[in-house]
Amino acid sequence: MPSKPQRIEIVLETLIESIALAEDVGVRVAVAGGFDEDDQYKIGLAVHEAVMNAFQYGNREQRERKIYVVFELYPEKLVIHVTDQGTGFRLADVPDPRTDENVLGDSGRGVLLMRAFMDEFDVLVSATGGAEVVMSKRCRRQISQAS
Amino acid sequence: MSFKSVTREVGGVIVIDMEGRITLGEGSNLLRDLIAEKLDAGHKQIVMNLAGINYIDSTGLGELVSSYRHVKSQGGELKLLNLNKKVSDLLQVTKLYTVFDVHSNESQAVASFHS
Repeated sequence: MPSKPQRIEIVLETLIESIALAEDVGVRVAVAGGFDEDDQYKIGLAVHEAVMNAFQYGNREQRERKIYVVFELYPEKLVIHVTDQGTGFRLADVPDPRTDENVLGDSGRGVLLMRAFMDEFDVLVSATGGAEVVMSKRCRRQISQAS
Repeated sequence: MSFKSVTREVGGVIVIDMEGRITLGEGSNLLRDLIAEKLDAGHKQIVMNLAGINYIDSTGLGELVSSYRHVKSQGGELKLLNLNKKVSDLLQVTKLYTVFDVHSNESQAVASFHS
């Protein structure tokens, strides 16, 4: 039977300061989960990007809207949910910034970095219609212990 | 650490030594103003020395691209110097290595404007 994760939930106001705050919590959770320094940085940056998206595009910088961040720490992986109170978006609509026509553009790099730095990444529609970013990272320590 | 910069002129080229973070609200606006100021003063050959930059997010990367476009639109050139591994990895992931002329030696970076 899969073990029950340690669960950490934070509710943030839509403030620019919330981005670094969530990133800091993400790094601390990664440290507690036994992730190495490189993965701690990647997890921190992925949380930073997800909360920045929620701040700018989801909640449109309206302070009274909330950003919900949930960390689920399993022995073998960390799962992160970042949910905003906006109207959601489709991943298919996000341009690939690596293509010749978009490489000098302004969009798509945040999603690209989250995809590149995490093992799993998806964007769902939350119960209230906002965007819910769900991403996970496997803990290499656990993998090396198992092998 | 918040964003800081010092500007020098080397062989007619503006070298901007930067340190700290280039992120939304922490460096990206300052960087934009700095580049605009240099262009307004007629400096069109610019090297960004990123040796002291320890963190860039997607907004910071966007600001580098925006600076590149701005300098280019004024007939100038913008080059990058001394990327650490994290910043270098970000440029690889986003394929911005294909856009920027990146150097690891300041003399060579400055000389490349005259070659």
